[in-house]
Amino acid sequence: MDNNKRLDLSYAQLKWDNVFKFILVVMSVILLIIVAGVLVTLVIQSSPTIKSIGIKFLWGNQWNPVTNAYGALPFLIGTLLTSFTALIISIPFSIAIGIYLGEYNTTGWLSNLLKNTIELIAAVPSIIYGFWALFVLVPIIKNFQLAIGVANYGVSVFTASIVLAVMIIPYAATLSMTLIKMVPSPLKEGAYALGATRYEVIKSVILPYTRSGLFAGVLLSLGRALGETMAVTMLIGNNSAIASSFKNIFFGLGSTMASVIANEFGEADHTLYFSALIELGLVLFFLTVIINLIGKRIISLYNNK
Amino acid sequence: MEARLKLRNTKSILFKAIVIFFAFLVTIPLIVVLLFIIKQGAMQINWHFLTNVPVPEGEKGGGIANAIVGSFLIITVASVISIPIGILTGIYLSENPGTKLSYFTGLCVDILQGVPSIIIGIVVYFWLVKPLGFSGYSGSIALAIMMLPIVIRSTEQTLLLLPPSLKEAALALGVPYHMVILKVILPCGFAGISSGIILSIARIIGETAPLLFTAFGDNHLNLNMGKAMESIPRLIYTYATSAYEEQINMAWGASFILLMIVLFLNLFTKFITKKWNIQF
Amino acid sequence: MKLLKDIRTIIFVCIGLCIAFSTYAQDNSLIGAGSTFVNPLFSKIFSVYESKNHVRVNYQAIGSGGGILQLNNKTVDFGVSDAPLNKEQTKKMGAQVLQIPMASGAVVISYNLPGLKTKLKLSGKTLGDIFLGKITNWNDPNIAASNKGVKLPNQPIAVIHRSDGSGTTYIITDYLTKVNSTWAKNVGKASAVYWPAGLGEKGNSGVLSFVKQTPGAIGYVELAFAIQNKMLFADIQNKSGLYIPANLASTTLSSDITNLPADAVVSITNTDNPNGYPIASFTWALIYKDQKYSKQSVTKATNLLKLLWYNIHEGQAYCAPLNYAPLSNSALKIAEKILKSATYGGKPILK
Repeated sequence: MDNNKRLDLSYAQLKWDNVFKFILVVMSVILLIIVAGVLVTLVIQSSPTIKSIGIKFLWGNQWNPVTNAYGALPFLIGTLLTSFTALIISIPFSIAIGIYLGEYNTTGWLSNLLKNTIELIAAVPSIIYGFWALFVLVPIIKNFQLAIGVANYGVSVFTASIVLAVMIIPYAATLSMTLIKMVPSPLKEGAYALGATRYEVIKSVILPYTRSGLFAGVLLSLGRALGETMAVTMLIGNNSAIASSFKNIFFGLGSTMASVIANEFGEADHTLYFSALIELGLVLFFLTVIINLIGKRIISLYNNK
Repeated sequence: MEARLKLRNTKSILFKAIVIFFAFLVTIPLIVVLLFIIKQGAMQINWHFLTNVPVPEGEKGGGIANAIVGSFLIITVASVISIPIGILTGIYLSENPGTKLSYFTGLCVDILQGVPSIIIGIVVYFWLVKPLGFSGYSGSIALAIMMLPIVIRSTEQTLLLLPPSLKEAALALGVPYHMVILKVILPCGFAGISSGIILSIARIIGETAPLLFTAFGDNHLNLNMGKAMESIPRLIYTYATSAYEEQINMAWGASFILLMIVLFLNLFTKFITKKWNIQF
Repeated sequence: MKLLKDIRTIIFVCIGLCIAFSTYAQDNSLIGAGSTFVNPLFSKIFSVYESKNHVRVNYQAIGSGGGILQLNNKTVDFGVSDAPLNKEQTKKMGAQVLQIPMASGAVVISYNLPGLKTKLKLSGKTLGDIFLGKITNWNDPNIAASNKGVKLPNQPIAVIHRSDGSGTTYIITDYLTKVNSTWAKNVGKASAVYWPAGLGEKGNSGVLSFVKQTPGAIGYVELAFAIQNKMLFADIQNKSGLYIPANLASTTLSSDITNLPADAVVSITNTDNPNGYPIASFTWALIYKDQKYSKQSVTKATNLLKLLWYNIHEGQAYCAPLNYAPLSNSALKIAEKILKSATYGGKPILK
């Protein structure tokens, strides 16, 4: 009798085991459903524009809700320009942090302090960066614009890029720090033994060894910059016309895909206009997802090496 | 020869100086932003500000109680939705590496992590707001989707770090699989998982874009999640560009509160990881 | 383990609380969205109304286009727009929508020229050219021509416009379409247009705060915003050739029209009245004519109609202090008639 009871109990537990494993599978499938759902929703909702404008949407250079002409080019330019400018500004900083924390000073209070600072930079919400910049950075840029002869609004593609640069530094910095730490010490020791200076070790051993990983970090920063919405919306000026000179494109007003959606999605009052905004979302979705996946893939290749 | 060596040494020192300069220059923007928000915001904080709702546009006084309560409720529900899903998915990924499903789920987590928050916002608008109207719940779901990747990855990574002997010992004692996971593995990974959860909350509490078209806003103190709801970041966004001095000041106050919450959550994570790390 | 249990308890309590709050019946709340133009007026009227009646009105100023879209998606109970529905919007609504005039207001041209104390005078043609980006400096001869004796600074003009779909934009573009032929040809009238020049800001408030901060800036905002924020704004030349300052009296004159159509949809920009301010417009509340749709209950429909009824009667008392022109008697009659035509499942709601 006693034996039977125990057997019954373990049968019951076995059943629970299966239920538990089933729940785990269901939860993982939920993730698949969410991502598929996002994609399907974007495609379905943007179908009116896809049908009526087609692939021209990507390089059409006018965004005009009155005449129902929708071209994403001004926003593509704005998005890429802000993101790449931010990236270029941020790279020296994030690589320097990576080298400092990964090679020069890996432990101790000073390096902890810097590490915490970087975590905090990532933690501050983007709306706060935007709000701060509106009152502190914009007046400074206004004077600068006046000096170079551009309409002095203060907000501009350049203003947005500076704030964006600060926001994305942590992403590449933490990754490059981890990678530089992972460089096998026999490699470095070998170089030192041959009489190389610290600089030479970094230049000809560490950086070449971590090159692809650093590139992945940069890609992740880029992915983050492309999709950033609030700070950019507050600082870029929201103008959909493509300026005539480079000076004006760069230091003048602009728009990104994310900022147009944030501004106009709640109030696009006719079908084609509404779906054009969603198609912008679709383009942005693909852009960020592809860049992120490439970055992640490089990192996982790196980890396997 | 001597001169060449000197040159190389100088170069090395110079490089170090440059690296240190760039590395520490980054602290300046952070300090400037923090000090400015504290300077502008701290003066706004008082009892009246924390316990009252906004007054009609252009009048004096009013507070942001509606946004504080709204943010709290929205985040709570978002956590309730995403934590179980996130932890269970994380367990699946760490327990079944190499299966087809775990490959695709992992891929989806990576994709979700890269999706801009504004896109989550507009998709949830179609899923929930269009059929059911603006509600706090729709905001929670948008934020829950943003939380998921962080919770999943932190769970997965924590569990992968645990020694396999723990699980093997428990299984050898005849403990059923689900009990092993729930009573042995999860408690051991508690520090890592909970710090992941808190970090994900710190990350989404400042998210504005997904709430613009889901939770919307409300000037009243609203406890009903089925209705439109204000949140701290959206209130900052609306008031930051206002022409009224009072509203801009309210936005500074709200920024200060938001910043303090985020800083606190980050410090708290540090604290629990430190405290719990000793246990294994 | 104890901690895990605590967390579990907290979670259950939270779920319980949330469910409790949701089931707590609250059919006495209304949600509306739209025009930022009337936000100062509406937020005042609604807060007074709430203190007297047990109805909560959540009005979000997201722009007129937003009000129309959200009403169309049935996510709000009423929309508020400064631009009447156009053909496509009417068709898209699916059912008949009532447009009830609520008040009228003026759009002023606000500018920021440090050191200039006198008020500028602008004609419609010049204004159009500024917004088209054809006139780029404040010392342009076209501006000087209408401002004899004013020493205009050599300062580039910074145009500020709305970035969101806006009734204010509709009003100004409607006016410019009437008075500037190039504008009519190149841009046209709508709540969101393709701006050839300038910077986009969100809401009346956003435009004004940028004008305030930017020397040389020019932007269009609602009269009440400009007055409350102590901004200078230009006198605008009307059809009769006079330069009219925007104020309560001149707005009332342009909105007091005798031949208001039965559906109350009319454009009052570029008024014929010799002393009327030319850039003015009604603001309309939009509701579905038959209130029996999706989840709308009778109580809610009645609350909504009562609120709007209050708006066009007692609420009008708050118009003048906030610089909106109250409805004229003839307009009020028509508004009452439109409100009374609203039904719930075929039965009239207001008796």
